[in-house]
This record gives sequence, C-alpha cells and structure tokens, in this order.
Amino acid sequence: MLKIENLTKTFNPGTVDQKVALNNVTIIIERGDFVTVIGSNGAGKTTLLNLISGTYLPDGGRVVIDGIDVTRLPEHKRAKYMGRIFQDPLMGTAASMTIEENLGMADLRGMSRTLRWGVSKSRSENYQRSLKEMGLGLETRLKQSVSLLSGGQRQSLTLLMVTLTLPKLLLLDEHTAALDPKTAKRVMDLTQTIISENQLTAIMVTHNMEQAIRFGNRLIMLHEGNIQLDIVGEEKKAFTVQEAVKRFGATLKDESLLG
Amino acid sequence: MFFESMLRVIPGSLEQGLAYALVALGIVISFRILSFPDLTVDGSFALGGAVTARLIFEGVSPSLSILAAVISGFTAGCLTGLLNTRLKINSLLAGILMMTMLYSINLRVMGRSNIQLLTVDTLLTPLENLDMNRFIPIILFFLVVTVVVKLATDLFLHTQIGFAMRATGDNEQMIRTLGVNTDNMTVMGLGLSNALVALSGALVAQDQGFADVGMGIGMIVAGLAAIIIGETLVGTKTIQRLTLAAIIGSIVYKMIISIGLRLGLAPTDLKMATGVMVILALGIPALKKEKEGKLHLRGV
Repeated sequence: MLKIENLTKTFNPGTVDQKVALNNVTIIIERGDFVTVIGSNGAGKTTLLNLISGTYLPDGGRVVIDGIDVTRLPEHKRAKYMGRIFQDPLMGTAASMTIEENLGMADLRGMSRTLRWGVSKSRSENYQRSLKEMGLGLETRLKQSVSLLSGGQRQSLTLLMVTLTLPKLLLLDEHTAALDPKTAKRVMDLTQTIISENQLTAIMVTHNMEQAIRFGNRLIMLHEGNIQLDIVGEEKKAFTVQEAVKRFGATLKDESLLG
Repeated sequence: MFFESMLRVIPGSLEQGLAYALVALGIVISFRILSFPDLTVDGSFALGGAVTARLIFEGVSPSLSILAAVISGFTAGCLTGLLNTRLKINSLLAGILMMTMLYSINLRVMGRSNIQLLTVDTLLTPLENLDMNRFIPIILFFLVVTVVVKLATDLFLHTQIGFAMRATGDNEQMIRTLGVNTDNMTVMGLGLSNALVALSGALVAQDQGFADVGMGIGMIVAGLAAIIIGETLVGTKTIQRLTLAAIIGSIVYKMIISIGLRLGLAPTDLKMATGVMVILALGIPALKKEKEGKLHLRGV
C-alpha cells in the first residue's frame, strides 16, 4: 500500500546547522495497518510525514502509494491519496468559515472545484447526521464559524473532515498532543473508532510511549533519522513500557518519551 | 448652518461613494479574503481609467471600453499574483512593482498624462441629459452597478472555488492538503480584485469626464479607510456583511471627506487626513489591548 524506499532528507546541507533528519529509511506498510511512530524531537517523525505528504521533497529515495510513485508530486496533487491531521488544532480547519463550509471543502478532497455551490442541501443533511453521531453537539451549529469551537472540537471536526472522503492513507501528526488529557482521550478514542470502522491505513506520530504501545498493530521507533525498533503483530502486542525502558532506557529517559 | 452643509454633501457623497465602492470591494477580496496586502490598486485604478478613456477617444463604444478596462485590470492583478507565487517576490513588493510599472503603462496607454472626455459621449451622457436633477439617475446607475457586483461577489464566494479562495487566505496549509493549488487561487483572486478596481476606475473616468495618470494615487489607503469604517458599522460576521461593509464604508468615507472639506480642510491635506484615519483605526485597538489590530496578512 505505502512503500517508503531509502528516504533521505538533510536540512541546511553544507552549513554548520547541517542536520540529517532522515537517513536512508525504508518502511513498507500494508493496507489496513495502523502504524505508530515514536521518537524524540528531531528523531525525524514529522519529517517522515512531511515527505509522505509532499510538504517538502526528499534528497533521495521514493514514496510509492498503491504502485504510484508520488515522490515528486506537489502537495496539492497528493491530496486525493491522504488525509492529514496536525498537532495544532487550528491547522486543520479554516477558522473564519462555518462548520458546514469546512466540511464542504473536505468533501472535495483531491477533486477539481467548480462554480457549483460549496455546500449542497443534501450534503448538508449528511454532515448534520455525521456530526450527531460524533456526539459533540455540533449538529446544531452547522452555520457557526469554526473560530467559536474549542481545540478538541476543532480536532474532532478535522477527523470528521478526513473521513468524508476516506483517503487511502491517514497521517496523524501528534494530533492529540496539544489537547488537555480528557479531550485528548476522547479524540484518540474517536480516531480509533474511525480507523477500525473504515479499515483505514494510518500512520500516527506520537511523543508518548504509552500511546504508541496501546494503539495500532505496528510500532516504529525513530532515533536521529534511523529506525531503531520496528515491531508488528504479536510482538507489538506483547511489548510494554517496561520492556521499552529495559531496552532503550537511556535514550527514552533523556528524551522524555515516557511521560 | 452645520446641518445644512451636512445635507448638501449627501448627493455628492453618494455618487462618489458608490463610484469608488468597487475599489473597496476589490480590496476586500485581496486584503480580507486572500489576506494578501495588494498594492497594485493605485495602478490598476488608473489603468481602468486610462484604457476606457483612450478607447472612447478612439471611437470605441463606452460599454466595450469598460469591458477592456476590466480585462486589463484582471491581467494586472494576475501578474502581481504571478510575481508573488512563481517568482517568490514578497507580496507587498510584488504589488509595489506592479503599481510602479503600471504608471509607465498608463502613460503609454493614454499617450499623454490625461485625456478629456467632456466633448464625447460616455455611458453616463444619456443619464446626464435626462430632464431631472442629474444626481438621481447617476446615483441610481452606480447603485445598480455596485449592488449587482456585490451580489455576484457574494455568490461567487459561496461556490466551491470561492470556498477554496477563502480558505487560501484563512489557512493555506489546510486547503493545500485538501488538494487545492493555492498559488492559482492567489493569482485568480488578485485578478478578480483588480478587475473590480479597474471597473471602478473606468466608471469614475467616464463620470468625471477625464482620465489622469495620477487618478489612482492614494486609492489603496482610501479603500482601506472605507473598509475599516464599514466594518465598524456593519460588522464582518458573514461574507454578505463584509461586502456590504465595503459599500457603506465607501459612502460614509466620502461623506466624512466632503464634510471635512466644507469645514475648511484643504484638499491638499486629504491624503494626510485619510492616512491618519487609517492609522488611528488600526492602531487604537493595538494600544488598548496591547496586541495586533484587526488586519492580519500573509507574507508581511
């Protein structure tokens, strides 16, 4: 489904600030996999997502989705293959537009846009139903500006926007890290439900070992641009925080991944 | 005495305010919808006037000359957008470059620094010759044009492309991950914005009976003043209000200026007064809340 081959990215090459963000990383992800990626700041997690989504281009290597080489495609042309949720709840929605308008835009992910109405009547009823299922009480606020929503509500709305079109690949970039613990849990549960109900292929970057272990069927640990650990299935199920501490204790403590 | 002079400025301010309202509407699209501080406006306003005047002077029908003015304004706006998106020139600088180059272009278009249209027929000549107070048909004409353009803008901004344009100004990263080429949206939006500005320039030139290469100077600041006044009076909650604010603001701005002139403000100090008005409107909230004013822009 997703093939990442020998992906390499160096920032500020040839200067004193030179930083190898990803060093020849290869990962092959199967359809329906839910991969959690853990690592400290600067381990290359977000760079990995940025290279997959095309925010910037790699120095070497390939990104292949379902047999299509997207390595050189600009960000907006990859949109039809993937949905992405950022850490900052403000980044996933347009604040000055209404809930309904945001959903209308997400409905057209990767499609060409025309002079037809941005929100059709039938779709609007559809949005109302989906919002109701989410249980945040947003179904009565379709015509309200998104700027009035809380961070958790905005992140939940972003999740719903992703699921409208069910992209092949869902990229989650520490999407609960900026929320308070209670809201983070609710958003994470919602994420889990959406992924398993729709059998989405997902990559979730996280800072939190406990979260990386509890969710998903595969865990990848990045350290300074290299894969340090890659476990899947039963081995992943059996993996515990204690085990992680035993094997990578020094790095983990230094980088506060256990919090 | 004061109230009498207030009343006397109303018809003139309505005419002027409505004629210039399209500039404010254009600036709403660039500054408010796209969050792009486009300074092309000073040049594209005069461009509209220059194109329409030269064509009428050459015997082309006034309505056709307006169409040409709109197309030329659209082109100028698109070029500013291309300077910014393709050549990565800072948004403010791209507009200033375009505005400066348009000064030369406008002189070329007219072949001299101004063209008189008083002896030829314009779109407004039949209205001037009606057997009634000239203000009534002229104001009605500008009212109809402005309202039609406002409604068309409102409709456009609620289409799929309109949504994508609004999101480009609001959250560029987000709409790009949804598959929109935000560069194209910026180029197209600036084109539309300057098309409206050039339309205004063309209509003003036909109304006042001449086009002058300097007619656009200070237009951006005046337009901003109008928008800020309008937004204070009407609010910014919806797109419909945002565009209405441009029109109301433009009329009120002209009224304030006319009253100022009647009370003894020297015409030469007009731009100073307008600038101070904008500085106060943008600056006071910042001083009060110790944070940035309402104008939030990309690339600045």
